[in-house]
Amino acid sequence: MKEISELIKKDFLLELRQRYAINAILLYVVSTVFVVQLAFGRIIDANTWITLFWIIMLFAAFNAVSKSFLQEHQTRWLYYFTLASPQSIILSKIIYNSILMVLLGFLSLLLYVLFMGMPEFNHAILYPVFILGCIGLASTLTMVSAIASNAGNNMALMAILGFPIVLPLLLLVINSFKIALSAEIFTLQLIKSIGSLFLIDTVVVIMAALLFPYLWHK
Amino acid sequence: MLRNWWWKLLGLLAIIYSIIAGLTIQVPKLPVIYQTIRNLFFHVPLWFTMFVMFGTSLVYSIKYLNKLKPGDDVAASQSVNTGLFFGLLGLLTGMIWAKNTWGDYWTNDPQLNGAAVSILAYLAYNVLRASIDERALRARVSAVYNIFSFMLLVIFLGVLPRLADSSLHPGKGGNSSAMADLDPAMRLVFYPAVAGWIIIGFWILEIRKRKRKLEMFLEQS
Repeated sequence: MKEISELIKKDFLLELRQRYAINAILLYVVSTVFVVQLAFGRIIDANTWITLFWIIMLFAAFNAVSKSFLQEHQTRWLYYFTLASPQSIILSKIIYNSILMVLLGFLSLLLYVLFMGMPEFNHAILYPVFILGCIGLASTLTMVSAIASNAGNNMALMAILGFPIVLPLLLLVINSFKIALSAEIFTLQLIKSIGSLFLIDTVVVIMAALLFPYLWHK
Repeated sequence: MLRNWWWKLLGLLAIIYSIIAGLTIQVPKLPVIYQTIRNLFFHVPLWFTMFVMFGTSLVYSIKYLNKLKPGDDVAASQSVNTGLFFGLLGLLTGMIWAKNTWGDYWTNDPQLNGAAVSILAYLAYNVLRASIDERALRARVSAVYNIFSFMLLVIFLGVLPRLADSSLHPGKGGNSSAMADLDPAMRLVFYPAVAGWIIIGFWILEIRKRKRKLEMFLEQS
């Protein structure tokens, strides 16, 4: 636990010094949202609103998370592995990226609402789904970027590997957002969608913790 | 056991039987699908074989990570390729059927989405393999990706269609429910067809594994 918290602290320190992720991704979100507003105008129907938002989030997540294993030099990784166990390294990365994604997600949501307005959601469902979705995107893509970093750190490969894996999660989140639109909520539907989001997140974290050591088994 | 010839013969006979019987037996007249119900004997077993092949590759990948034997890696990657081959055949038979029954080659159906995503994931697996030169690293990284993506695909195929609860597929809410109360006579053709195609799948896998091992041997010498 100590190892994990130290590693997360290190990642945040790096981020605060470089200010790369937050600034770059926010700029990306601003420009995309602006293009969306120019193209669609302010009035779009709720389904388009949801879908566009999550497509923007998907690419923001790819940009934000992909650097987690690309940013640092190969030799520094060797140094980390003399200090910490592989499990705590992947877990710290997943936690750090999840926090980053939730923060970025809320900022993007704010910007998106500012430019595009907001359909009437049931907020009690919207935010849990939103947070679980961000955590899921971040943890899945962290594992994918760990895999891609073994194959020459290539961004195109990251997109190819990540897309089919992330798609189930994305469809589920979009589906849950659509459920949050309806005024009357069926409890069963709610449990189903939040439950399966939670299931995906848990499976991803467990699989990452189990499989990551093999990626560094040198 | 796998070196014997009788199981190959059994598979071949099962397939020949299922093709002849599948085209000639009396089928119940159901609305919308009518005679196209015969596709059940060809399309569905091909999908089943694809999933069995992907499952086999998962088993070999786990075995590889445990023992680090190169043979398991060859088996895992060749099972993926065999599975992809059956997947493409399943897609083709399904699309021709869908054009004639639903009026379009591709519809937005949870089952179709699941199939498309699994095929994309395994094509990505092949791209990943091609992008790493070092043999041991390639085997390890691709095994990790295989296990990781398989687990997520299981969730995708298992959970999402139930969430959508509106599939066009016969037996899954759409058209006539062919699978739920399958005609007994059709069962007699359907089960041998499934068994036969799975056996043929393993036969193809054996040949591909041997071929790949010989190629690797030639590369080294």
